[in-house]
Amino acid sequence: MSQYKRKSDTKMVPVPSMAIVPERDIDKAPVLEARHLGIEFGGLKAVDDFNLIIGKTEIAGLIGPNGAGKTTVFNLLTKVYQPTHGTVLLNGKDTHGMNTVQANKAGIARTFQNIRLFNNMTVEDNVRIGLHNQVRYGMFSGIFRLPAYWMQEKKQHEKALDLLSIFDMQDMAGVKAGSLPYGAQRRLEIVRALATNPSLLLLDEPAAGMNPHETEELMENIIKIRDQFQIAVLLIEHDMNLVMGICEGICVLNYGRIIAKGTADEIQNNPVVIEAYLGKQKEA
Amino acid sequence: MKISKKFRSNLITYALVILAFVICQIAIEGIIPGFKMTRSLKGQLVPICVYIVMAVSLNLTVGISGELSLGHAGFMSVGAFSGIIMSSWLLGAFQFENETLRLLIAMITGGVMAGIAGVLIGIPVLRLRGDYLAIVTLAFGEIIRNVLNCLYFSLDGGRLYVSFNNPDIPGKLLLNGPTGATGVGKIATFTMGFVLILFTLFVVLNLINSRSGRAIMAIRDNRIAAESMGINVTKYKMMAFVVSAALAGMAGALYGLNYSTVTATKFRFDTSILVLVFVVLGGIGNIRGSIIAATVLTILPEVLRAFSDYRMLVYAIVLIVVMLATNSPLLGNLKNKLRSSKLVTRFFPLKEEAAIKEGDEK
Repeated sequence: MSQYKRKSDTKMVPVPSMAIVPERDIDKAPVLEARHLGIEFGGLKAVDDFNLIIGKTEIAGLIGPNGAGKTTVFNLLTKVYQPTHGTVLLNGKDTHGMNTVQANKAGIARTFQNIRLFNNMTVEDNVRIGLHNQVRYGMFSGIFRLPAYWMQEKKQHEKALDLLSIFDMQDMAGVKAGSLPYGAQRRLEIVRALATNPSLLLLDEPAAGMNPHETEELMENIIKIRDQFQIAVLLIEHDMNLVMGICEGICVLNYGRIIAKGTADEIQNNPVVIEAYLGKQKEA
Repeated sequence: MKISKKFRSNLITYALVILAFVICQIAIEGIIPGFKMTRSLKGQLVPICVYIVMAVSLNLTVGISGELSLGHAGFMSVGAFSGIIMSSWLLGAFQFENETLRLLIAMITGGVMAGIAGVLIGIPVLRLRGDYLAIVTLAFGEIIRNVLNCLYFSLDGGRLYVSFNNPDIPGKLLLNGPTGATGVGKIATFTMGFVLILFTLFVVLNLINSRSGRAIMAIRDNRIAAESMGINVTKYKMMAFVVSAALAGMAGALYGLNYSTVTATKFRFDTSILVLVFVVLGGIGNIRGSIIAATVLTILPEVLRAFSDYRMLVYAIVLIVVMLATNSPLLGNLKNKLRSSKLVTRFFPLKEEAAIKEGDEK
């Protein structure tokens, strides 16, 4: 797997619980800590004993063959499913008993594998939905157009355009989200998730359907987002060029279990990973 | 001054309503010779206002919030009867003679009571989705009607008496079970109906273009995504449902005070469906469309009296033709031409020309 031209050069260091985080995050509390996380669907262990620590500003990757349980992990972290085992700590806070809305308020935002935009609303309004809990005013201020409405709407408008400018999408603000090209829809989903002011951004196959040029741009933008907002990113992706290029810590999942963890180099040369993807080599 | 597309669209809606009111007033007064409203049409003015408000408020639930509700007439009946009782009580207990003020208070009471009914029904109903929600709202509409059918209200001096299934209560009966409310003063006026329409438009259009309204539409477009963006789904669904119910209650109060006798059978399932037809015909989510559809379809049976026995047949044919025509590309082209015509663009210049093009492609 040496054909990947970009290599992450972050030095990884172990933290007490045997997980690894980037060296720069060693003194900061991890943004996410999953301990023995698991979920069963009628006896089927979709995810089992999932342990993961993500550093404050780490870009982490979650890879694995189809059906390995990657998206299920996302659904567990965002509380779409309630785990049957284990705990998730978000910024040191136990997320037990939270629902999706509360998990988002606690600092976790996500995008979806099959794009879930608000298609009948404009691009700007999509981002404004992300800003829903940042810019607040009540129903009555909205209906009777009290001063709070004008003030907060203006603030929201400016913030939304600001966020859209990350991907140079300000010009599309008035366009219906459903009529955007595919790549732009994926980018808009990221902007919308960012608008909720998360400390951890979960990206579910952000590069799916993008051409190599767009993927390259996306990689730069993910790094840019991390640097600008100082947040952690956990992404699921099948494009190994992207994963090996920008992910500092990589976690490989197969049949709901973690089979390997490490840096891009370690993962690429790990025989267990190669076996999971390509099958076992025939003994000579 | 340049304005956004949404704002222009709202302005046109308000302008249409005000223009229609002015034309109606001219026709009522008969200022222009030969242009005078017939008696039967004059009697339809308040019902038209009521149905417009019903259609616009139902559009908030069906079009904006995306929940098919089949019990809208139930909220209308709650508003109608509580409005009638309030009006009679004000008159009986306090000799409150000012009709306009009495009507206004009755309408607010109707709105509040229907809003409360909306909360009570919304709690169980909004847990359901899609077809189930439609069926359960239908059932609730029928339950409300049946409860009102057994309700007795009486006024003795300044006191109100309520009883269920038992007409032996002291004083003069205001609400007499299945016979309904009799001897109600007809205090509803067309002007008040017009004010109610403007109020409804103000509430609904402003709600749509605010933080809460966007949250409601986001839930309609994609519930899971809205939840993961930190939007409290139950709260905003409830908000749309209750606002819609309260507006229907206000319309109900106006409707109830427009007749001398009102029975619960007037708010049957067919009334809910009739209002739904206005919404669907006017375009789901299209507020202006609801207004036009409600007006045309309320007047139509009156106009078609010339066909006597074939009236409802012609009515049905017109419905089908309109449905087909609204979906035809011919009308779509005509609409685009009208939208970019000089008349419209001169009076309502747009901020972004690109935005309007996007809207048309859709």
